[in-house]
Amino acid sequence: MSTVIAVSAGNIVVWAVWAIAGFACLASGVAVISFSNPFYSALALIGNLGSLAVLYLLLSAEFVAAAQVLVYAGAVMVMFLFVIAYVGPQQETPWKGGPSWQTVGAVLAAGAIFVEIIVVLGLKAGGRLSHVEPVNATFGSPGWIGRLFLTDHLLAFEITSIVLLIAAVGGVILGEHTKRRDVGVEDAG
Amino acid sequence: MQGPGVVWYVGISAFLFGIGALGVLVRRNPLIVLLSLEIMLNGANLALIAFARSAGNGAGQIFALAVMAVAASEVCVGLGLVVALHRRRLPLDVDKLSELRG
Repeated sequence: MSTVIAVSAGNIVVWAVWAIAGFACLASGVAVISFSNPFYSALALIGNLGSLAVLYLLLSAEFVAAAQVLVYAGAVMVMFLFVIAYVGPQQETPWKGGPSWQTVGAVLAAGAIFVEIIVVLGLKAGGRLSHVEPVNATFGSPGWIGRLFLTDHLLAFEITSIVLLIAAVGGVILGEHTKRRDVGVEDAG
Repeated sequence: MQGPGVVWYVGISAFLFGIGALGVLVRRNPLIVLLSLEIMLNGANLALIAFARSAGNGAGQIFALAVMAVAASEVCVGLGLVVALHRRRLPLDVDKLSELRG
């Protein structure tokens, strides 16, 4: 009897954590696209990524949650904030001058994408998603992920490293090229 | 599995993907377009991890980590482009950057 009560209490706690994290996730997502100042948008995106990490923990993906906080909320967002501070304040009114045909089309397109996702999920996967496989405690742990990466998914691991290398080279080339062009413009003037 | 079923997480991921798509289509500042793109990628990641939990299989989590690496690369190149635009004193507005339009 006591175990039944404990299980249901834990169930309620998980539901509550899911509700809080999901609401924070959606609210900060809306905040990202509605702030006119990019700095506030980036701060809202950090909240979005943090609440997503909580959802990953509820889905017993511990390593992905840790990587989310370290890579996204740490490295990527710090780089974003640096660039926003470098570019300077850029005020942009999100919905200026009433809804133009572009804004109306964009809202319609996003709504269509959204309805499509809901319908596809409801029709195709709704029946199968009610079943959840039981998993053991190592599911999602760093050792388990590392073993998968180095055995079954070795090709994905190596391709990821090549993609990161190409992106780093591309960033360096973008910075170098504009510097040369700036010098050329100054010489011509 | 305690708490809400997998389909609730997939619902949140669909919402996130819709919000991100709306931001990409509506906003004109390339920095906020990049931020909205991150929201779309994270919505896809949440769906992948929810499906991995549903199937009891690790491939979804591996895929999510690969998507994270691709997102980091994309931010690197995108922010490099924004800095290059700023250095050449071009307007930070995706509507005015239409030189490559066919």
